Amino acid sequence: MNPEGYLVLSAILFAIGIAGFLLRRNAIIAFMSIELMLNATNLAFVGFANYHGNLDGLIAAFFVMVVAAAEVVVGLAIIVAVYRARRSASVDDANLMKF
Amino acid sequence: MTSVLETMIPAPTLEWMELSPLIVLLVAASLGILLEAFVPRASRYVVQSGLAAIAIVAALGLTIANWIDLTPKVAAMGMLALDGPAYVFWAMLLIFGLGGVALFAERALGLGQSAFAASAASVPGSPIEREAEREGREHTEVFPLLLFALFGMMIFAATNNLLVLFVAVEIFSLPLYLLTGMARRRRLLSQEAALKYFLLGSLASAIMLYGVAMLYGYSGGLELARIDAAILASAGSHWLLLGGMLLTSVGLLFKIGAVPFHAWSPDAYMGAPTPVTGFMAVATKTAAVAALLRVFYVALGGLAWDWQLLFAVVAVMTMLLGSTVALAQNDMKRLLAYSSIAHAGFLLVGVVGAVQAGDNVNLSSVAAVAFYLLTYGIATLGAFAIVMMVRRSGGEANSLDAWKGLGKRNPLIAALMTLFLLSFAGIPLTAGFVGKLTVFASAWAGGYGWLVLVAVVMSVIAAFFYLKVVVAMWFSDADDETVGTVETPSLWTWSVLVVSAAATLVLGLIPGGVLSLIADAAQFIR
Repeated sequence: MNPEGYLVLSAILFAIGIAGFLLRRNAIIAFMSIELMLNATNLAFVGFANYHGNLDGLIAAFFVMVVAAAEVVVGLAIIVAVYRARRSASVDDANLMKF
Repeated sequence: MTSVLETMIPAPTLEWMELSPLIVLLVAASLGILLEAFVPRASRYVVQSGLAAIAIVAALGLTIANWIDLTPKVAAMGMLALDGPAYVFWAMLLIFGLGGVALFAERALGLGQSAFAASAASVPGSPIEREAEREGREHTEVFPLLLFALFGMMIFAATNNLLVLFVAVEIFSLPLYLLTGMARRRRLLSQEAALKYFLLGSLASAIMLYGVAMLYGYSGGLELARIDAAILASAGSHWLLLGGMLLTSVGLLFKIGAVPFHAWSPDAYMGAPTPVTGFMAVATKTAAVAALLRVFYVALGGLAWDWQLLFAVVAVMTMLLGSTVALAQNDMKRLLAYSSIAHAGFLLVGVVGAVQAGDNVNLSSVAAVAFYLLTYGIATLGAFAIVMMVRRSGGEANSLDAWKGLGKRNPLIAALMTLFLLSFAGIPLTAGFVGKLTVFASAWAGGYGWLVLVAVVMSVIAAFFYLKVVVAMWFSDADDETVGTVETPSLWTWSVLVVSAAATLVLGLIPGGVLSLIADAAQFIR
């Protein structure tokens, strides 16, 4: 199997994730972009594991999934708290502090 | 069936004694969560703060016991490296954690309430919040959260595996994101800080994880030694290695608060409850610098020519931005945040040196940076303890105007603050001076003379804004509109203040003992 295709796909997904984080204003979408980046990384891990023929990358992918789930719990709690206080989840509205 | 399983997945062998400090913290944190369900609300604060303090003292005792008969080893199936630097950073983290617990437990200030929201889930200004305030509720979960964060930081400082690096960064970051959003006063600010810290923090760790994946692709393993061996054999694609190094450094530099990844720290420091700010400023930086040293010295040591220049440039930018922007700040917490950014730059100056102790070098870079962190940490904890005490109409008065004339109203507190600020500025006879000397000597020995010259100029610029606060405290007159009064704290905060002030003086006057203690233990295991 040629791993390059998977790595290119993973890099593209990662780039979409970064672009989404930087361009979208909604905190939930920005957070989804981060999840996309983590999953792109998982794809890279699995691709590399296949290339090297060892299990490290596969196990890493499992750990990343668990950590991502924990991050969702904390992240959504914070985003929901901010949304309830301000009636807006836009990151542009969170501007009480500058410089 | 079992035999097949055992051959495929052997049961791990763990070094229970060496790992005991981590286990104590984790068990105490989990126990703290359980206690929330069983202990009546009135006695919860005492029980939780006592449990946290006892757990940290026990972990510190176990760490010191292990440190005394130190045999550097790779523990927990190659996941953790328990060597001299690991124990140095563990001891420092636990001391800072104890200071953090003391500041968290402070309830004598501001109408006898803790610094944390009565009900963090309630909407600010809502009836539910008012009811929680009236009932005098308090979030005692902050102590288990602190223990979880401390647990993650200790793993982070001793990681021997890049996957553990990522897991540990999340273990200590997630509790900190939550703690940031739990301030009792100015809750909108606090929640905004938590949102910014969380979004930027998880972005940085996702980028770091991609770097880890690239390093894995380069070397075929996640252990630091494996990557080092792959670099020496120059196997694999050089682009993968360079890309992996760059992306991994992003996550670590973010946690240190180095430019250009510093944007979160002024906001997170300002919005977070002040005890959390103090803990975060000190412990996160210590853990992150420890992990940075380990990853770059052990795994990427073969690339030193590349990353030394990179870190030198980052250090110059960090010192420049931290010291100049701090001049324009009018809020004490923000000012201390920019000061911590400048200190991240000075720490990177020490990291750039990358020298071993030898013929012409008294102190290795690891020891120099560790000592600098110690001096920075104690002064920072003390400074934030004083920030908690200067108050106006129930809340903290963080604006610089409130601090004017503090020397006339409360000479003792103003003198202590002056001591901490002089230590930050690196004035002789304080700990900060010795710290700066050691990191500058490390960079000089590593052949980065120009960086030392730049850093000396920057520390002069940085001294300006510390002196700005000193002048405001001693030589300006208070304005009745904005004046802040010093409230008397409980024994918790006093002990932090006394210990930090004494340590700042002792490490400035007779640093020899601690320096040699750190220097003896400053050799990474490979």
